[in-house]
Amino acid sequence: MQPFTTLDAVAVPLGIPNIDTDQIAPARFLRKSRADGFGQYLFHDQRWDPQGQVIDDFILNQPSSQGVGVLVTDRNFGCGSSREHAVWCLVDYGIRCVMAPSFGDIFYQNAINHGLLLIRQSETLCDALRAMLQRHPGARMQIDLAAQRFTDCEGGTHEFDIEDARKKRLLLGLDEIGLTLQYESEITAFETKFRASRPWLFAPR
Amino acid sequence: MSRPQTMFEKIWNAHLICEDADGRSLLHVSRHLAHDGSWHAFTFLEARGLKLRRPDQMFATPDHGVSTLSHDLAQITDPDQIRVVRALDANAAKHGFTVFGLDDTRQGIIHVVGPEQGLTQPGLLIVCGDSHTSTHGALGALAFGIGASDVCHVLATQSIWQRRPRTLRITIDGRLPAGVTSKDVILAVIARIGANGATGHVIEYAGSAVRAMTMEQRLTLCNMSIEAGARAGLVAPDETTYAYLQGRPYAPKGEMWDQALAHWKTLPSDEGAVFDREEHFDAATLAPMVTWGNSPEEALPVTGHVPDPATIADSGRREAVESTLEYMGLQPGQALTDTAIDYVFIGSCTNGRIEDLRAAAAIARRGKVVVPAMISPGSTLVKLAAEAEGLHRVFIEAGFEWRESGCSMCVGMNGDVLGPGLRSASTTNRNFRGRQGRDSRTHLMSPAMAAAAALAGRIVDIRPLLEEA
Repeated sequence: MQPFTTLDAVAVPLGIPNIDTDQIAPARFLRKSRADGFGQYLFHDQRWDPQGQVIDDFILNQPSSQGVGVLVTDRNFGCGSSREHAVWCLVDYGIRCVMAPSFGDIFYQNAINHGLLLIRQSETLCDALRAMLQRHPGARMQIDLAAQRFTDCEGGTHEFDIEDARKKRLLLGLDEIGLTLQYESEITAFETKFRASRPWLFAPR
Repeated sequence: MSRPQTMFEKIWNAHLICEDADGRSLLHVSRHLAHDGSWHAFTFLEARGLKLRRPDQMFATPDHGVSTLSHDLAQITDPDQIRVVRALDANAAKHGFTVFGLDDTRQGIIHVVGPEQGLTQPGLLIVCGDSHTSTHGALGALAFGIGASDVCHVLATQSIWQRRPRTLRITIDGRLPAGVTSKDVILAVIARIGANGATGHVIEYAGSAVRAMTMEQRLTLCNMSIEAGARAGLVAPDETTYAYLQGRPYAPKGEMWDQALAHWKTLPSDEGAVFDREEHFDAATLAPMVTWGNSPEEALPVTGHVPDPATIADSGRREAVESTLEYMGLQPGQALTDTAIDYVFIGSCTNGRIEDLRAAAAIARRGKVVVPAMISPGSTLVKLAAEAEGLHRVFIEAGFEWRESGCSMCVGMNGDVLGPGLRSASTTNRNFRGRQGRDSRTHLMSPAMAAAAALAGRIVDIRPLLEEA
């Protein structure tokens, strides 16, 4: 997993609540191979019309959005389907950080497995940040994960909360399975006890 | 005396392997359910040279990409879908887990198959790479959806790291009026608390209306917990649960049944257990619900009117509603019952069970469809049961297409999609933009409401129809 330490990138506002993972990663692309990259499918049906022509109005298609690394959006971003492809689409496109008042729970969990930093901020601050970005298209934001601080495009600095375990995994790019395998003896001991206490789950049929 | 516990706490604690320094819990997964989409996770597993840890705790069936025209694999036209449906069989053979393949009558949508086979049992911790895993909570299992990397983690370790969620009890008391189903209840819940109203929470549904629900109605209720943002929904096991489970293929038998039953009876939340949040609903005040927008929270009683953006003071909210109405092709303030529809879909893990098909058939026998309409039973066994009752003849005579089982038009991955701009009345769970095909327009509702829409060619209130009967 790619570590996340600091980021200095173009930030783009997307002021729509409840952006679901179907919009981020449409279902018809879910069986594509991970190895081929998913950036091309990010918000596919908002970026291209049915004839394959670029939809100029969509914010990610505007010249000022080139080099985007940060999205500032609205409540419940990533709600809906558990498809991890939504995270793959974002990170493969180059987006390493999403700020929103809240995120879908499964999306929140999936993001950590691919080095995508999700920052929860109040609705008021997210609204203000998006308004700033609308005033300064193509502006950049700077994020320092170790310090848990970011700088908005008008120079204001803000702190953010993040769970310790999440922060550590992002900073070091740690792989979860590798960490869990260190608990092998605890897992085995638990399984032995569990199987003995619920024989009906394991009895031959 | 020990502190009273919620059912959620009991199941969580019974699966807790250990905690880390940051307060995360490593939980044992007692059953792992899977489908054709699990292919990515097996690719990750093999890339790392790891093995499936507990094949006897994993069960799978292909559902997302399968054709509803025929369960002959050759009927799948998309090479990507053929590859992953084949890969599920190949992975089952290689890793030794149980699969109910396309040639097996036990095939179906995994969230219909799990309860149907008796794999879903009270007190289990169940995960699956699909957000509608919340369905299984209807039997008193703690069940939630996970992404592909976490599926790989479960394959390798039979465990998952989680942060303890908060608890929300939703109590629904009173009697549901005629024509109002558990689908309407959950849409009313989401409309009130919002699509992120239960984020970070596990919901326990309680109250006399829930107690009175059949197991299939409870499955519909828990299914859409995720649409309120909840990781999981739970209903305490009771006599309805035990009667449903007894005799199912994977349910315990004989002495094992007695042991299991004794355990299951310890699971309901203790008297006096404290929930982080409580919400209350009066069943008697509920009506058939229909969504008008692109989030399940945008639902109204069928007698309602689409919002008029001109009356919304907040500019952000106003623009969002304007954009939704434009996408949905609706006029501000129009009556929902003035909405003409182009297509009807009845099926999915939300509403593809036998009771759903009976409710739809009771309406279908009153007329003929005036728009194309499709029925995809939730499992092959549901299809066979419906055929044994003659329901398929009712549907076919009324002009519905009677298809094979699969996720079909609920997820839109198998080629069953609406054309651009077309409007469906659908018994599924998501009205997201493009969910049923690019630029498609979806109105969520119950099976009887969808069947009535097929006969009328527009959204209708079924309650007057039921009075005529």
